[in-house]
Amino acid sequence: MTLLGQFALWAAFLLALWTAAVGFSGAWRGRPGLALAVRRGVYAILGALLVASAALWYGIVTHDFNIEYVAAYTSRNLPKPYLISAFWAGQKGSLLFWAAVLGIFAALAQALTPRRHHGLLPHVAAVTSVTTAFFVAVMLFGDSPFARLAFTPPDGRGLNPQLQNIGMVLHPPMLYLGYISITIPFAFAIAALLSRRLDAGWLGAIRKWTLVSWLFLSIGIVLGMWWAYVELGWGGYWAWDPVENASFLPWLTMTAFLHSVMIQEKRGMLKRWNVALIVATFLLSIFGTFITRSGVIASVHSFAQSGVGYFFLAFLVSAGILSFTLLYTRWPELEPESRLESTVSREAAFLFNNLLLVGIAFSVLWGTLFPILSEWLQGTKVTVGPPFFNRVNVPLGLLLLALTGIGPLIAWRKASAGNLKRQFAASAAVGLAVAAALLASGMRDGYAVAALTLAAFVGGTIVQEFWRGVRARQRMHGEPAPLALMRLVGRNRRRYGGYIVHVGIVLMFAAFAGMAFKVDQEATLRPGESVTVASPFGHELGFTHLGVSQYKALNRIVSAATVQVTRDGRPLGVMKSEKRQHVDSFDRPTFEPSTEVGILSGLREDIYVVYAGSVGGTEEAVYRFTVNPLVWWVWFAGGVLVFGGLVTMWPGASTPNERRQSQSGYEVPLAEVRS
Amino acid sequence: MSGSVGRRRFLVLAGTALAGLGAARAAGQQPLPGGGESGRLYDPRAAGRPRDPVGESQNDPEIIAIEKQLKCTCGCNLDVYICRTTDFTCTYSPALHDEIVALNASGLSADQVIDAYLAKYGPEFRMAPKPEGFNLAGYLVPGAVVLAAGTALALMLRRRSLVASAAAVEAGAVAPRPAGPGGGADGPLAVPADATPEEADRLRRALEEVES
Repeated sequence: MTLLGQFALWAAFLLALWTAAVGFSGAWRGRPGLALAVRRGVYAILGALLVASAALWYGIVTHDFNIEYVAAYTSRNLPKPYLISAFWAGQKGSLLFWAAVLGIFAALAQALTPRRHHGLLPHVAAVTSVTTAFFVAVMLFGDSPFARLAFTPPDGRGLNPQLQNIGMVLHPPMLYLGYISITIPFAFAIAALLSRRLDAGWLGAIRKWTLVSWLFLSIGIVLGMWWAYVELGWGGYWAWDPVENASFLPWLTMTAFLHSVMIQEKRGMLKRWNVALIVATFLLSIFGTFITRSGVIASVHSFAQSGVGYFFLAFLVSAGILSFTLLYTRWPELEPESRLESTVSREAAFLFNNLLLVGIAFSVLWGTLFPILSEWLQGTKVTVGPPFFNRVNVPLGLLLLALTGIGPLIAWRKASAGNLKRQFAASAAVGLAVAAALLASGMRDGYAVAALTLAAFVGGTIVQEFWRGVRARQRMHGEPAPLALMRLVGRNRRRYGGYIVHVGIVLMFAAFAGMAFKVDQEATLRPGESVTVASPFGHELGFTHLGVSQYKALNRIVSAATVQVTRDGRPLGVMKSEKRQHVDSFDRPTFEPSTEVGILSGLREDIYVVYAGSVGGTEEAVYRFTVNPLVWWVWFAGGVLVFGGLVTMWPGASTPNERRQSQSGYEVPLAEVRS
Repeated sequence: MSGSVGRRRFLVLAGTALAGLGAARAAGQQPLPGGGESGRLYDPRAAGRPRDPVGESQNDPEIIAIEKQLKCTCGCNLDVYICRTTDFTCTYSPALHDEIVALNASGLSADQVIDAYLAKYGPEFRMAPKPEGFNLAGYLVPGAVVLAAGTALALMLRRRSLVASAAAVEAGAVAPRPAGPGGGADGPLAVPADATPEEADRLRRALEEVES
């Protein structure tokens, strides 16, 4: 099967080169026959990559440990779900996964793009094929997943215990889907530039794709946070690690694009900016891959250091130079159709929103690269960790949160003082009331107070928008409130889906503020001994150690420490944290013992218990008890954000006129007024 | 062999069993003391590295605050506190903790402890660069770039709005319609050309209701 897999990779590589060459030349010469051939080429690439993927799957599920990758990431006793995730757990497999998914997206772009945009497709196919050829080349000339060992070990090493978690089954593919699908909007942007079809048409072709990418990236990032929280055991979910930052960067620029594209659709402005954002997003996704795979920046998440990082660097630089050169040559053709008229308008608010999103992206990129810069310029190594990122980015994030409330409510073109007062008076009052209440309750963390105040303000603006919309429908159609709400959202999905996304962002900021009040305490307990921890909400949590039991599970020896938990003396339940010594099918230890945390999640706080180990080989256990306020809301906010994204991209009312109306305000049919 | 048991033998056995039961019950009833013997683990190695009991210094907020500013030297990229309370396989961070405690106990202030640690291990073991010299650029550049771009954007918008107003006045047009019914926050909703004045008036009132 490895021979078949390797052959399929070569076939995919050659087909991708051929498709790229024919795609560019066919589009240039305007030959429809070649366009059809290019489309078939894209499908053939997909076929070859699926064959290669099937070959690796076969090796994994049949435990062919002669394949280096299979021996390195699986074992005979690895639970089945992790046999699936082993496909993308290592560098080589994840490269093949990336190429195969890109093949799927490229084929879907060819198959699903409406006929009116077909003129762009040969160029789109060429760009996706060049990208596919690159990824396949990395495997063929760098790290092949089909490399064989000189011998066949009786069992494999197994999967890293920290990857044996459902979060790691779901998080990487979601993130990859986000990264990879960015290629399609990028391909359309390049196609529009090459073919000089620079009207708003190409935006229509990529609107759904950008939303799909944004949605997958969002899901991937939130799942990654959840995995870090439940698996890594440090009690947090975001550490500003370079690899985490790498996933955040394209999300920021894509979010900026999703906002600025509305201005291009409505006012014909920001055309150059929008192309630049899409190109930057694609480059940042490649940059993220470079960071993860090169080892150039130290990270707790990266794959083993390898030379393939330099393939990515070369591709990144080439793609950047070619794309921005192309944009420069088309600069005069991307003139705006209208001009901004006022600093106090929705367009201006969106511009400032874009500035902040791109500014935060720059800040994160700057911080991520600063160690390299410092070493180059000063010869001094520095570490740029969470204290740096929090200090630099939190103020920018709070400004962005404020604009999340201001932008959608301010008038297009020019807002008057009356408009501002009517739109913001109530929400500002809510925000100020919350600030006063927090200060009166003794909260003194400036950033937390600011975040919760702004969250209340923005939440107020969103509730106000829904309230006004529902009331308008009730008055005009006599609908009951739930029905009015459903129809309001259903008929203005893009606008109200966007508001739901904003609700998710607001909740997330509020939940982040909770981490300012995190409490940690370590304790050594013998069976029956107790310790109390003061919750930031004022109550007392009691932990009584019940004992440590050991037993053998499928691929591990488990040492489970249990504690009984009380809140102000009332029992909450029993929590368990484990040490897991993973073993292969011959019971030989495969990794250092790993830790599984116990989490009791609630709306106010999470109780987080970590069994650190035992004293002198007895049941006397060392624990870390952590109280994490508002963490549940991070996951809930992630769900709201994804739900809002789905509402926004759900197919429906989308004629250009309907879109214009739904963006500009409530729809008030004149006929209704006449009656 | 006869299975019968004599009366005396039976009483002795029964007495012993009752006494044993009583003892076991008493042991079971003994409130979990925290002072009794801890049972030994069947396979201590499977429970990770043996741990020392937690000392006071491990929960000392001053020590923790120092540890959160210093990077562990094991290559994990984490601060000393997170490493020693998370990566229980690390042998470096517990030793580094002891070193920090010793430095602190010798009368050094938090800053002096940090300086001593960095002098020993190198400046890259601070979790964030000290905001001085070139490192200051690291802290200031992002904010400065955003501020500069924001100011430039605001100035550009202001200039354009002045130009637009002047052009409107020159053209004899009415100044941009203020926010309110049919405009403003809800965008310029033009009254259809075929609407009668009464219809336009009713539309305006309906929009007023919507916006109020």
